[in-house]
Amino acid sequence: MESIYLAIPLASLIGAIIAGLFGGIIGRKGAHTITILGVGISCLLSFVVLKHVGFDGHTFYGDVYTWAQVGNTKFAVGFQIDRLTSMMMVVVTFVSLMVHIYTIGYMQDDKHNWPEDSRGGTNSYQRFFSYISLFTFSMLMLVMSNNFMQLFFGWEAVGLVSYLLIGFWSTRDTAIFANMKAFLVNRVGDFGFLLGIAAIWTYTGSVDYKEVFERLPAIEHITLTILPDTEWMLVSIIAISLFVGAMGKSAQVPLHVWLPDSMEGPTPISALIHAATMVTAGIFMVARMSPIFEMSDTALSMVLIIGATTAFFMGLIGIVQNDIKRVVAYSTLSQLGYMTVALGASAYSAAVFHLMTHAFFKALLFLAAGSVIIAMHHEQDIRKMGGLKKYLPITYWTSLVGSLALIGFPFFSGFFSKDLIIEAVHAANIPGSEYAYWMVLLGVFVTAFYSFRMFFLVFHGEERMDEHTKSHLHEPAKVVTWPLIALAIPAVLTGYFLDPMVVGDFFDGVIHVNENHPAIETITHHFHGSDSWIVNIFSFVGHGLMALPFWLAMAGAGSAYYIYMKQPSIAQWGYDKLRFIYTILDKKYFADEFNMAVFAGGALALGKGLWAVGDRFLIDGLLVNGSAKVTGWFASFIRRMQTGYLYHYAFSIIIGVLAIMSWLLFGANNV
Amino acid sequence: MFEGNLLSILIWLPIIGGLILLFTGDKFAPRPIAFVFSVLTFLLSIPLWTDFNPVGHQMQFVELAPWIESFKINYHLGVDGISMPLILLNTFITVLIVIAGWEVIKHKPAQYMSAFLIMEGIINGVFAAQDSILFYVFFEAMLIPMFIVIGIWGGDNRIYATIKFFLYTFFGSVFMLISLVYMYSQADSFAIADFHTVKLGMTPQILIFLSFLVAFGVKVPMWPVHTWLPDAHVQAPTGGSVILAAVMLKIGGYGFLRFSLPMVPDASSELAWLVIFMSLTAIVYIGFIALVQNDMKKLVAYSSIAHMGFVTLGFFVLFPIVAKTGSAEGTLLGLQGGMVQMMSHGFISGAMFLCIGVLYDRMHTREITAYGGVSNRMPWFAGFFVLFAMANTGLPGTSGFVGEFMVILTSFKANFWIAFLAATTLIIGAAYTLWLVKRVIFGAVANDNVAALTDINKRETIILASLAFFVLLLGLWPEPLVHVMNDSLAHVIEQATTSKLGN
Repeated sequence: MESIYLAIPLASLIGAIIAGLFGGIIGRKGAHTITILGVGISCLLSFVVLKHVGFDGHTFYGDVYTWAQVGNTKFAVGFQIDRLTSMMMVVVTFVSLMVHIYTIGYMQDDKHNWPEDSRGGTNSYQRFFSYISLFTFSMLMLVMSNNFMQLFFGWEAVGLVSYLLIGFWSTRDTAIFANMKAFLVNRVGDFGFLLGIAAIWTYTGSVDYKEVFERLPAIEHITLTILPDTEWMLVSIIAISLFVGAMGKSAQVPLHVWLPDSMEGPTPISALIHAATMVTAGIFMVARMSPIFEMSDTALSMVLIIGATTAFFMGLIGIVQNDIKRVVAYSTLSQLGYMTVALGASAYSAAVFHLMTHAFFKALLFLAAGSVIIAMHHEQDIRKMGGLKKYLPITYWTSLVGSLALIGFPFFSGFFSKDLIIEAVHAANIPGSEYAYWMVLLGVFVTAFYSFRMFFLVFHGEERMDEHTKSHLHEPAKVVTWPLIALAIPAVLTGYFLDPMVVGDFFDGVIHVNENHPAIETITHHFHGSDSWIVNIFSFVGHGLMALPFWLAMAGAGSAYYIYMKQPSIAQWGYDKLRFIYTILDKKYFADEFNMAVFAGGALALGKGLWAVGDRFLIDGLLVNGSAKVTGWFASFIRRMQTGYLYHYAFSIIIGVLAIMSWLLFGANNV
Repeated sequence: MFEGNLLSILIWLPIIGGLILLFTGDKFAPRPIAFVFSVLTFLLSIPLWTDFNPVGHQMQFVELAPWIESFKINYHLGVDGISMPLILLNTFITVLIVIAGWEVIKHKPAQYMSAFLIMEGIINGVFAAQDSILFYVFFEAMLIPMFIVIGIWGGDNRIYATIKFFLYTFFGSVFMLISLVYMYSQADSFAIADFHTVKLGMTPQILIFLSFLVAFGVKVPMWPVHTWLPDAHVQAPTGGSVILAAVMLKIGGYGFLRFSLPMVPDASSELAWLVIFMSLTAIVYIGFIALVQNDMKKLVAYSSIAHMGFVTLGFFVLFPIVAKTGSAEGTLLGLQGGMVQMMSHGFISGAMFLCIGVLYDRMHTREITAYGGVSNRMPWFAGFFVLFAMANTGLPGTSGFVGEFMVILTSFKANFWIAFLAATTLIIGAAYTLWLVKRVIFGAVANDNVAALTDINKRETIILASLAFFVLLLGLWPEPLVHVMNDSLAHVIEQATTSKLGN
């Protein structure tokens, strides 16, 4: 088995290297064949591992090679294969494989995206495949890691690939601004993450998961004084630092600003990286670190509140977006908020469950959006679409599946996972859970509203595109539509894994929940009314149909239909009357303006000030050149005394003799 | 074959090569001669690694002969796990410099090559010297070829830069000479090993420490004695910048490990706060300054200072940890981090300056605003540039990560705020590096000059690819390097934590 574990990330890596370095030689067909083959092998073997680990109950924990051995600390590259890992591996490689296939269609005409004078378009197709395979490798290294060093490697490596892909069309100013912004905001998160790792190493002497978790009881009561007169629990500091990393990667408020801009990248990677997998790395990490987070209610409370804020307020922005990809991007932010809320409520399994269902339905929605974009000849404004249902039937039906899953319609996967999260927050007892409950509840209405606003504007109603576009409208090639169908299936079905994944024992021994955090325990207790899982599922659905979230979702979808299909005047009225709120939402709460003025502007002003005053004026001006000048003055003064006239010298000798004699006669006597 | 006097060969072979070049002059194939000597030296240095015994801290490949007997000064050479990798770095980088100057240097190529070969031999001497006077002679001699390289092949303002460079570094080292003479009076020997064991009172230790701090601090360079470096880099030819950043700065770090920590441990402990303060200032303050530079070389020069801050931080964070926890447990990681950072910085900064040289050779400007959209015309170059830039930001998987990671981990053990300030490099370092990449490499083709650019040729590809290889190798598998340095660094910790007070 061990060689299989190693083969899974390496298959993707080898594909990436060949396509990247020899893309010019093997050509387009060679590049997509080799990378799809590589990721295909990774995916197939991941399913083998899922069966082996998930159903046969085998696990693996071991090192591949020693990265560095310093003193008693061993830094290794190694794997921890348990149920959480194997589930993530399947999600990552499956979505990645679908995206690889889809890319054949999406990037076919990429040459047109490059200006005449650029050589960037020459092998851009091959390069794109190389990057997404490299991403798959990095993400696998992240989820399969058995230690913090490798986790951080994967963490930053996925960030690198994200950087390269957001800025893929590097001649566009918006793209290369967005990728730098994404990297820097993520670095703010990584800054916290690395401090957390440093704290862990300092107090446990190890970066290996198993050893760290074993030594946790010993550090439970340690306190630190970081600021004078304030004592902090060490575990709170560790958990919060790690969570700052998760906030960067999983785009939680206030480090969310990079994700909407990341839509500058080609759509396939928006689906793979900025919806399904990379952005959920933070959720995965917190779930993996559940033994640490469980020790600090302070940290959990922070996680809960930040998640809830993201879930609701980012969803609101989705309502005013007109770019098809940006609507889905804000939806992703909001859904990541839901997962984070679940983490804060100690319902890690619910968070991971939603991560999984979301990966499928959100990848589906993004790829469907991409399919619309291809059909519309790269028009992304939903105000210029409409009535696409009859031109793009496969895209239409798969989008409907994705949207229903997203809003949590009964029997679709999102219904189960979102309901579990809301229930869990309801049952949570952490400070802030009341606020979080209302946020996620209202968020359901918002989600349904923006989802179906987009759905109706794109697929129904009058056809608002120009005649030229309309005459060319047709369903894209099979490489585009098949992945949609392949993703629609798990978008429906994965919800039925709630038993065992959330209320069962699937994550026993992997995710750790303290006894005083009862959220999941309560749900599990309610769920297991009968011995038959079918009865349980139906009673869960039945219970859901009676509950508030379902009716909120229906209300959201219904009002979207009424406003945008029946009475467009209401939208106009809202736009006119609520201009103030609209502006705030349209400007995304002015977060970008604030960051540009305060952080970017502040850093530049500080740098200029330090350079002008510190380096050039004080050090070089006063000390270095100043001492040179002083030496110069001194020398010219001394030089003036060397006049060469005998009477000058004779005069100085007489003055000197007089001075010494006076000192001997008068001065010395007084001593 | 030459086991007995391998180090002598590594010192004198390139110097002889340099002298031969001076005599044969420009007419008689100066470049192939230089190439042969540099490659030969590099190949001969490989047995240092392969035959090195990593167990124990003892000096290896030792050579000992009397030099000035009346003062007990010896021609005494040897290497341990600290100096051996640095010699290899030097011999490797020199080969690249010879190749890099192949077509570019048209003015007096024989003398240019000669200067670098002689410098290579002298720097090997600095790392191999086990007698403090021998060390001092090499330490000072090294300035001469560098002075000439900047002064003859430099830019428009080269005279100011050379004088500044020379006076700065010379100012540093004279104080060191006084300290060496004082310790001779106490130990009755000039051997570095004897200086390690001689007992010294607190006041002399403090004075000696300060003299070393000036000498090595200027070399590193540490804030606030760093301002010679940006000027020297901007004026130096590409080869000069590369050897300066990749190898010469390391002599400062090496000096702290070989001289300050073992010779004056009590003063080092007493004044560790000062060095840590200076290191953190280098990381944070210099980072902000790098952000606003308009000249690519200046930007990379400031980034060098910030990265070297991790070296001194890693070395001296040992003392607050010992003071706080009462044991040296875990401090090895800081020293390892500092040393790995030195090696890594050798590759990365060398590569960055070579990349800037590639652009400069084509466009004859280093102003960032003159560029934009280089990747459209030079895709392979852009690939290398982005790789080295990412290494410069400390991306895991590249060598730039290893040292910073180790030092940040260790600093947390000393104090939360030290780690906090050190870790800000993740943000600031990424900001100035990626902004550089954005303005130079990405974007649409900015002007006709950029449109006329041609991608790197075979010669340039070989240089950049070989550096990329080491950047990745050291990032993915630092264990071999860490392993050879382990026992020697552990020995330094032992010396640094053993008081020399109390006669």
